[in-house]
Formats: sequence, structure tokens, C-alpha cells
Amino acid sequence: MNFENQGVIKRLADQYGPENLAVVLGNGETSGVEVFAETVTEGDPSYAGPLAGVALKIPVYHVLEPEVTESVPENLRQEKLELSSLVIDVEPMRQVLQASREKLSTARL
Amino acid sequence: MSNFARPVHIGIDGVFYSLAHVPQLVRFGSKPARELVDRPSLQDELNGSLRSFTDAVAYAAHQTFIGNLTPEALRACKAPWFENSIEGASEKGRFGDLVDQGSFYRLLAQADQFNLVSLDQQWLAGLSRGVSDGQRLQLRTSDQIAALIQKGALPLGSGKRMAGCFEPGHAEDVNLTADILLENLAAKATAAHALSSLMASLQMAPMDVDYVISCSEEAVGDRYNRGGGNLAKAIAEQAGCMNAAGTDVKSFCAGPMYAMVHGASLIQSGLCRNVAVVAGGSLAKLGMKFQSHLEKRMPILEDVLASFAVLLGPPKKNQPCLRLNSASFHRVGAASSPQGMAEGLAEAPLKKLGMKLTDVDRYAVELHNPEITVPSGSGDVPRTNYRTLAALAVMRGQLKKDQMEDFVRDRGMVGYAPTQGHIPSAVSYLGHALDALRAGRIKNSLFISKGSLFLGKMTQLSDGCSFLIENAEESWRSNVEG
Repeated sequence: MNFENQGVIKRLADQYGPENLAVVLGNGETSGVEVFAETVTEGDPSYAGPLAGVALKIPVYHVLEPEVTESVPENLRQEKLELSSLVIDVEPMRQVLQASREKLSTARL
Repeated sequence: MSNFARPVHIGIDGVFYSLAHVPQLVRFGSKPARELVDRPSLQDELNGSLRSFTDAVAYAAHQTFIGNLTPEALRACKAPWFENSIEGASEKGRFGDLVDQGSFYRLLAQADQFNLVSLDQQWLAGLSRGVSDGQRLQLRTSDQIAALIQKGALPLGSGKRMAGCFEPGHAEDVNLTADILLENLAAKATAAHALSSLMASLQMAPMDVDYVISCSEEAVGDRYNRGGGNLAKAIAEQAGCMNAAGTDVKSFCAGPMYAMVHGASLIQSGLCRNVAVVAGGSLAKLGMKFQSHLEKRMPILEDVLASFAVLLGPPKKNQPCLRLNSASFHRVGAASSPQGMAEGLAEAPLKKLGMKLTDVDRYAVELHNPEITVPSGSGDVPRTNYRTLAALAVMRGQLKKDQMEDFVRDRGMVGYAPTQGHIPSAVSYLGHALDALRAGRIKNSLFISKGSLFLGKMTQLSDGCSFLIENAEESWRSNVEG
């Protein structure tokens, strides 16, 4: 995750509290998703960006996961997500992100 | 019938592509240069992963770029292409060439009017490819070159020795430093080579060119005019187009499509008889993903400066033409989502011609070579673009969902262009498109380019431009009078 995005997420977490946030990805490829998730949960693994050593524990979803799409109004879903749902294979990303979220909820117990 | 049903055609007389193989300039690419400051030890690793000219020539993607392999033939080539060289590959292509590093340094020196480039006279004398008389090159001894490098000139390496060096253009102006001027002069030199080669292939005198448009990406100018531009005129001069005027048309990667529409409009208006659209290579993008390539133990594949030149003119009967009134632009208020871009740049132009997405035989999109982009996590860019177009066709009921892969295979192609920004963006397919149209293998092709305007921090907008090419059914005269 680039430093600019890390900075934005850190600023929002400071402003609203990380427990009130979720990060929604729009990636088209599986590669990189794991690092994205790790960055906003455990901190920047490269120890170079604004989230180095900052474990925000924010859950991460892909925009095409049902948890997200079901909360999007039907007209907006058709307009913004229908095409992407035909193009992007979300399942491999869902597996990675589900594992990350489960790790997070286990840690919270 | 809509006003657009009657075609306005501008002839595409020819195209020439060139790849200058410059492995020892990879270190001056933006990403390697930055990483090498932090980790100088990377230089050895980088040097050990550079390709020879022979390997660059025999690389299947390059052979496709210069026209010796069709995109269909490339799909059948065994991957990875960098491990499966094309036997008997030639540096001369059907509509392009590969230039070795030594020849590129000479082109650079010939394009230099400000004594920025010095070449080592011993190195030059030892070149196997001779230098013709009458080239005004600034020659120096090896000791003089070493002294200049000591003072801050950039080294132009050749194997284990120096071929020359590149000096700054000004002591204080940060826009005229050696690295920026090397980028700019490399763009000029490679574009001029492509334009000269196009003229030779068309057996046309450069003096007969009316206008040159450059869509190169470099910001040419001094501290008061950063990006002021008109590299076009410098390129035209270098190619001997002494009767031509020129100017630059830019929009990041979408530049070439806009440049072609502007050029076609100059011809349609009657202002110019012909227009050459040219672009030089982007030195900043050399080695952009080199770290991923090193991690995957691959050769560094971003080691070429790519350039092209297209000549537009009045349409001739049965000639492949740009259908000018099919051109579509991405509007300020239009959506930048993949769907919005596909609607605006593919569906919209076809709709006004009364065509469906499935009426296009071949789509030319951003044709980035996936062998370069996939290892760094950027994905297979053309494949994603083709799936997006197929998905839109599904949503419009023109295609069944289980036909998407057929659409991608039959109306798309595998990417083969180097990641040089403006170069992969559709224009890379033009040479093959002209061949396929002339041979009747396709009846049309939709060219779609996209640009990332947000990279310049002036707007969050994206951009794009598209148009259809097809054979003219009639010549200019009947087109105008009819």
C-alpha cells in the first residue's frame, strides 16, 4: 500500500477511531491484497510508511464481497458494480480477506 | 440515419515503430535511480540481470512490436517469452526495427545541438557498425570523458567501458540538469529515428511533410517554461522535415489517440495535406518494475526506449483509414470507473455509428506486455480491458456470460508493448491493424486509449480517446464531392 493511502487511513483513524472504520478495497488482482490487509491491521510490513509500527486492527473487505454489495442500494450496485462483478474474480481475494478478519476477531476475544 | 453514418475518412499511409535497446541506461530510469541512491549495492544485481541485444531482438514481444510476428502468432509462442527466444529473429521488422545501444548513442549525439553529449573517440572507432561521414559529433579522449563524469556528467556505458557522457545544460536550472536533458534528448532522438525510418519505408521525402505532432511525454523547457514543449518541431528538424510546422499534443497515455485525431482534423479541414504523428521513448520508465523482476530472477525487461511515427493523409480507395467522425473523448463530467470509461470510449462511438460492441472485429487497448506487469502485481492489463468490454457486452445483452472468453480471445490480443506509457496505449497495434485490414482479415478495429491525469496532481480526473479504423470505400475526391 502506497504511503499516500497509508497516510489517509491513519488520519481517518485518528479522527474517527479505528474501531469505527472498515477499509474497502477495489483491487482487480489477488496479489497485494494480503499486504494491504496486513498494513491496516498489523502495520506497514515494510516499516517505511506512515503505518509502520501502527496496528490499527481495521477489518478489510473487497467491494465485491457480499457483506459490502448487500449494503449498496440496488440502483447504485447496478451502475457501479455490475460490470466489475463480471470482470473480477473476487473469490481468491475473499479467502485472503476472510482469513485476515478471522485473525482479527480471534485476537479481540 | 444519424449524421455520423456517413464516414469521414482520413488515410493512414504507414507506421514505423522502433525499440532502442539501452540496458546501460536502465540505471537512469526513475525507479532504479531512486533505489540505487538508497542501496548502491543493487547496481551489481541490476547489471547481472540486463539482456544482450541479441536476446532483446529474439524476444517474442519485441518481434511482435516491430511486425515480424502477428499478435495471433505471439499467443501461440511458448511462455515465458524471455526464456523462449525466437530463432532467426531479425532486428529489422515489417514495420519497425530494434536499435542497439551503440547506435542509439550515435543517434543521441546527432540530435544534440548544445554539446551535451560527448562520445569517446576510441569507442566510436571500435564500433562494428560504421559511422557515416558528415555527422557532427563531439568526440573526446577517454581521459576527458572520465574527467567530465567526475565533474557530474552522466556516464554513457558500453559493456565495461565508457562510450561517452552527458553533461548538464545549465549550472543552476533544475529543469536543465543532465538527467532531465538526457530524457528529453532520448525522446527527440528516438522519435526522429522512427520518423526518418517511416519516410524511408514510404519512399517519401521528409521535405514533403506538412505538419508534425509529437505526443511524447517529456516536459521540455527551462525554469520559466517547464513543459513548454514543441518537441515536435525539434523532431521534425532532426528528421529533415524542413517544410513542416509542428506542435505537441499531450494527455499522458491517451496522447497518441488525441494526436491522431488532431492530425486527421488538420487534413480534413484542408489546412494540411499530410500530418506525421510521432512519439519518442520514455527514459524515466526504464526499469520501472525492475525490483519485481530481480525478485523473480527474471531479466530486466524494461530495457528499451520505444518510439513510433504514423503518417496521415487524404484517403485513397480501399485504404485503411481513421474514421474521424467516430472519435470519442472522455468528458470532464463522465465517470472514471472501468464501466464509465468503457461506456464512454467503446459504447458511445459505436452507438453513434449504429454499431454494437460485437460489431468490432478487433479492439486495440492498452497493450502492456503482461510478462512485465504481472510479476509486480499490476496484473494482465490488456486482458482486464478485454474482459471489461466483454462484460459490458453481456450487460447490454449482446453476448452471453459464457461467451466472454471467446470475446476476449477473438476480439482481443495478448499484450506485447513495453511499459512506456503512451506507447502501449492502442497505437502499438496500428501496424498489425493496417496489415489485417489490407488483407481482409478484419473489417474494422476500435482504438481505445486511457490517460491517468491524476498523476500530475492537478485534477482527480482520468482521460481517454477512441476511434474506429476501417477501409475507405471511396477516395478523398468522391468523399468530399459525394
